[in-house]
Amino acid sequence: MVHEYDAVIVGAGGAGLYAALEAGKTAKTAVISKLYPQRSHTGAAQGGIGAALGNVEEDTPEWHAFDTVKGGDYLVDQNAAKILAEDAVRAVYDLENRGLPFSRLEDGKIAQRLFGGHTHHFGEGPVHRSCYAADRTGHMILQTLYQQCIKNDVQFYNEFQVVDLLLEGTTVRGVVTFELETGELHVFQAKAVLFATGGFGRMFKITSNAHANTGDGPAILARAGVPLEDMEFFQFHPTGIRGMGILITEGVRGEGGILKNRDGERFMEHYAPTMLDLAPRDMVSRAIMTEIAAGRGVRGDKKIDDYVWLDASHLGREVVEKKIPDIAEFCRTYLDVDPAKEPMPVQPTAHYAMGGIPTDVDGRVDTGKVVYDGLYAAGEAACVSVHGANRLGTNSLVDLVVFGRRAGQHIAKYVKGASAPKATEADADHARKRLVTLRNREGGRHVGPIMQQMHEVMMDKVGVYRTQKRMDEAVTEIQKLREEFKEIAVQDRGAGFNAEILEIMELENLLDLSLITAGSAANRTESRGAHSREDFPDRDDDKWLKHTLAGLDGNAVSIDYKPVDVSIWKPKPRVY
Amino acid sequence: MRVILSIKRFNPETDSIPNFQTFMVKVEPTDRILDALMDITQNQDGSLGYRRSCAHGVCGSDAMLINGTERLACKTLFKDIGVTEGGSVRIEPLRHLSVQKDLMVDQSPFFEKFRSVKPYFVAREDAPPRGEYVQSQKERALFDEATKCINCAACYSACPVLDKNPNFIGPMAITNAARFLFDSRDKGVEARLEGLDTKDGVWPCESLFECTRVCPRDIPITKLINLTKREVRKYRKGRGELTAEEMAADKKTTEEKSKEKRA
Repeated sequence: MVHEYDAVIVGAGGAGLYAALEAGKTAKTAVISKLYPQRSHTGAAQGGIGAALGNVEEDTPEWHAFDTVKGGDYLVDQNAAKILAEDAVRAVYDLENRGLPFSRLEDGKIAQRLFGGHTHHFGEGPVHRSCYAADRTGHMILQTLYQQCIKNDVQFYNEFQVVDLLLEGTTVRGVVTFELETGELHVFQAKAVLFATGGFGRMFKITSNAHANTGDGPAILARAGVPLEDMEFFQFHPTGIRGMGILITEGVRGEGGILKNRDGERFMEHYAPTMLDLAPRDMVSRAIMTEIAAGRGVRGDKKIDDYVWLDASHLGREVVEKKIPDIAEFCRTYLDVDPAKEPMPVQPTAHYAMGGIPTDVDGRVDTGKVVYDGLYAAGEAACVSVHGANRLGTNSLVDLVVFGRRAGQHIAKYVKGASAPKATEADADHARKRLVTLRNREGGRHVGPIMQQMHEVMMDKVGVYRTQKRMDEAVTEIQKLREEFKEIAVQDRGAGFNAEILEIMELENLLDLSLITAGSAANRTESRGAHSREDFPDRDDDKWLKHTLAGLDGNAVSIDYKPVDVSIWKPKPRVY
Repeated sequence: MRVILSIKRFNPETDSIPNFQTFMVKVEPTDRILDALMDITQNQDGSLGYRRSCAHGVCGSDAMLINGTERLACKTLFKDIGVTEGGSVRIEPLRHLSVQKDLMVDQSPFFEKFRSVKPYFVAREDAPPRGEYVQSQKERALFDEATKCINCAACYSACPVLDKNPNFIGPMAITNAARFLFDSRDKGVEARLEGLDTKDGVWPCESLFECTRVCPRDIPITKLINLTKREVRKYRKGRGELTAEEMAADKKTTEEKSKEKRA
């Protein structure tokens, strides 16, 4: 079946929905989502969305932009960060005006809280910048945008999985998708395609990410020859629930929560004397792993799965139930811990991809050498880059609303002048062949063991601390798993609602992105932001103040670079 | 520990009736039911159908019947339902929605009903030229509970009224209307009468509290439904009009009277 649209948005999280609302004003637009839209992972974001509203104290977008650049260890494109911080204010008001139920201050304005790495006067001290709705800000953003899509009659194709991108040279023609209900392939012809497919934390064993976060967009683009940017930078959030990785928002520390080691010591005093527990996430995660390695984790056995305490018990019952009610519930449900009474056991959890599909500030896919006509990306799938080597808390929600909106606006303009491409049923042949192979393979392997090995290799060898030897091993082991992947067979021979086929395709995407991540990491011989190497402990601006562009070349990774925009603030050592 | 999952399976492509299939799974008491389901699909039988995503109770994908009660598979631990070594768990799809395959149900009627109440912001007045609408903490608190809804359909499955009246819009739709009725910035009930004040709208609810009992987000749904009924009555009364409920009652009385007359 061939569907014809001006614009196709792939993914129905915050970025995709915002883009659809904008593009849909004038362009014939469809949203393709592998889930029902309200299941998207934007809904799991907790702590807030950063914007210099100044509702609590003086704040400016310029300070926000500076914090973003410094937080990203100067690998951030600085004009993009400026746009991020300036547009953030407009986007937050727009969301509120569309009904988003933010928590309120006593004067009835949007409530704001402290968050890691957000400061006033270029680093002098913490600032209340994170606009929040209790600890379910992402849920409210997703709900509000989805509600607006209902209001505006946006057209959705739910439970459609994208499998191929159609390009003519460097111009988009559309996408090929797999419909879960029927098992059929649908071709979408479109002048513009936006990939807003979210992150890919499911590469790792311990992650805060949903099972759906398998990087489908970046993986499909990589296979279509588009190199991915800065994939070595993957954020480990310092406070995941021990063993499970479920996120405990930085908002807990924003409200006054404190990290402690086995001796009850507030160890952040040694690592970030000014910002303490509100230092950026990469530094806090490293501090935790350093404490654990020194035997000061709670178990004290120095193993990487040891943990530390996050203590919010001194905040009192009322603050816990009002400001972090969902966290309190997660702790009770999964740990039998009441955070108003006892500390929470936490460990770093794979959380956010700073890297992804290279784009400009209007969401256009731009490798620095080639700009693809009609091809867009936004949200976590994209790399603008506003997060550089380490994203600040709250900036993921800022990113997706600011750049989702900008991409949607650009698409609306672009499709007016673009001529209609031609896509036909035959464009699905490539995907069809793959499906037939999967379905006809006899006595093949299960998904489980390969996925489990990938999880362990990535967690163990491309985690918080890295060395050349271990990253090289990771590359080799992932290459091996990519070969073994070819032996997987579908057991479910039915056509309709065959979720197993989806899971196999998702595993393929994760393996491809694991390879690119490990390859990019092994190549960068410095420490910067979330990429910290024991064998190269220092940042090396002379050699490495540049973005990585990593392409998929058979079972290997090809490397190229692109300059960083450092036109506003000169890189400086990063202390907090 | 080893436990048995007894799962109600049905594939309309091949089966004429559903049947229970058992799987032996190795789990910890603190594992989620979802962990066991994923172990089955990834290592035993890839054809088992169910939905899941976030795995920690915020996306609403994996509501199902666990030992006869609506629960999220990712928010239910084996120890929560008292399963120990050698024990078993019965797992079935949600009720009131047709089965697509195994534990997957067709949610489209559920979402259509949700849409019928206009579950989106309808501003009472124009937005300020720059900045936010001002809303006091007290006003904000009035609709907080309803904002927690994750559209998981547990309430819709548990509602006994839907057994006899499948057209009832159901607890989730009303909860999401209530989300806006009590928001000081929203036009409220006036904008949503069409969906609420009809015979299958808010009125069929009999306050049986099953929705409230099963809600994985602890939303006091029955309370919100009753507040919504009150709001509709208040609005109609203020305009000297009858609610759909009152009109139906009037009609019934008239019919009974004429019946009496004939007798």
